[in-house]
Amino acid sequence: MPSKPKVPGVLKGLGVTLRTAKETMFPDGMLRPPSPSRGAATVQYPHEKEAPAPRARGVIALKIENCTACMLCARECPDWCIYIEAHKTLAPPRREGGKPRSVNDLDRFDIDYSLCMYCGICVEVCPFDALFWSPEYEYSEVRIQDLLHEKERLDQWMDTVPDFEAYEAGSEAKVKKVPR
Amino acid sequence: MILGVELAYWQQTIIRVLAGLVAVLLLTGGVVYLYLFKFVSFMQSRLGPMEAGPYGSLQLLAEVGKWLQKEDIHTKDSDRFIFGLAPAIVLTSTFLMFVVIPAGPNAVIADLGTGIYYVLAMSSLSVIGILMAGWASANKYAFMGALRAGGQLIAYELPLVLAVIGVVIQAGSLNLQDIVGAQSTGSIFGFDGIGNPYILTQLIGFLVFMIAVQAELTQTPFDMPIAESELVAGYQVEYTGIRFLVYFISEFATAVGFAAVASTLFLGGWALPASWGLSDGAMHVIGPIMIATKAVFLVGVVFWVRFSFPRFREDQLQRLAWKVLIPLALANIALTAVLKVVF
Repeated sequence: MPSKPKVPGVLKGLGVTLRTAKETMFPDGMLRPPSPSRGAATVQYPHEKEAPAPRARGVIALKIENCTACMLCARECPDWCIYIEAHKTLAPPRREGGKPRSVNDLDRFDIDYSLCMYCGICVEVCPFDALFWSPEYEYSEVRIQDLLHEKERLDQWMDTVPDFEAYEAGSEAKVKKVPR
Repeated sequence: MILGVELAYWQQTIIRVLAGLVAVLLLTGGVVYLYLFKFVSFMQSRLGPMEAGPYGSLQLLAEVGKWLQKEDIHTKDSDRFIFGLAPAIVLTSTFLMFVVIPAGPNAVIADLGTGIYYVLAMSSLSVIGILMAGWASANKYAFMGALRAGGQLIAYELPLVLAVIGVVIQAGSLNLQDIVGAQSTGSIFGFDGIGNPYILTQLIGFLVFMIAVQAELTQTPFDMPIAESELVAGYQVEYTGIRFLVYFISEFATAVGFAAVASTLFLGGWALPASWGLSDGAMHVIGPIMIATKAVFLVGVVFWVRFSFPRFREDQLQRLAWKVLIPLALANIALTAVLKVVF
């Protein structure tokens, strides 16, 4: 095997940076006009947006109908940024002639995104499929108190939750469905 | 005589100084945009500033505007007078460098007989400003940075000067115009088609000079004095607003200055080879363009190196100066002197 001639590391380093500059500036080769906006690995954010990965942790969405106010998420939350209040109420029976069911009606379900650290424990722990990750990330606010999302706002995020992707071939687990 | 108008000495001086200031600031701004904003971004596969002006060309103006509005803060224990004076001294040392660098047959602010000696003396003034800044800031990081800067700038002053001596011996003059002339009228073994730019005969001197310049500018392989990951910003750490702006300008203007000196000493300066037979009238126009192009190119090399390499450790940095560059430069001087006598 013919060995390549050894280039000193100092020159190699210069070569790497120069080659990257060339490839950024002339993505079509040196003879074509320069086009750095296509050669660059980055995008110009406010004008063009990179699509986030479908499972990106952007914002937590709440399906109000599924929530039973069991408080598991609020208790597991490491920085206590979920506030839940509910009252007991009677719902119509499931079957004809049955007893009315006792259910929790949500009064308040707030997530304070100025505290949230996006660990996702609430989503993991929810036994009733009421919390979901949405990849939306553009919800910054001028005032910090506006980062407290109330349950109506959290419910609106449900529209942006993508369907779960199929697992790898051979997986036994069933793909969950996002309630719509 | 300028355009047939007889001007008094003071009028000529004002015109020269103003033209010099405009040229230096324009070149510095251009270099910052070209290399610090764009070339570096391309080397990192990104675009750099794109919003202010077409392709971000007005970004520097925006930055300057931002710095100008900032509050002038100083620490409680700082020596306010010295603290304020330090950036002025650094900037002065930078601008004084440009006084003798010729950009054409007449385009020089002061044609000193000891031109290159003056340039090197003025450029080493900045270390005083840096030590003052570090001491007057009353800050441990600033003081450490200033001490490192002092050690480094003095260590690399020597190879810088010694590398120049080879050129001075070969040209037989300290005057920068004479050095340019010697390269323009020189010949290589009787062939005078490209003159005799000293980069060919003084290649070792050129390399030593450029490495020493990199260290004098405290650009990255040699940026121990402002090492951001250990000293925050070294001697600049307490400076904000317009004072920081002054440091910023002087850093890049010094880069342009040293690049102009290097292109004068080693690349033939403003002149084209004398055998091409261009008149002085033409060189008045071509000269400034020539030297500016060469200087901008050399600044590009400095920045290319800056953004390619990690930082030297302090002992490695000193070892390179004292054990490699100075002996090399001394050997180069001896060799040049012997060859000068032989030929």
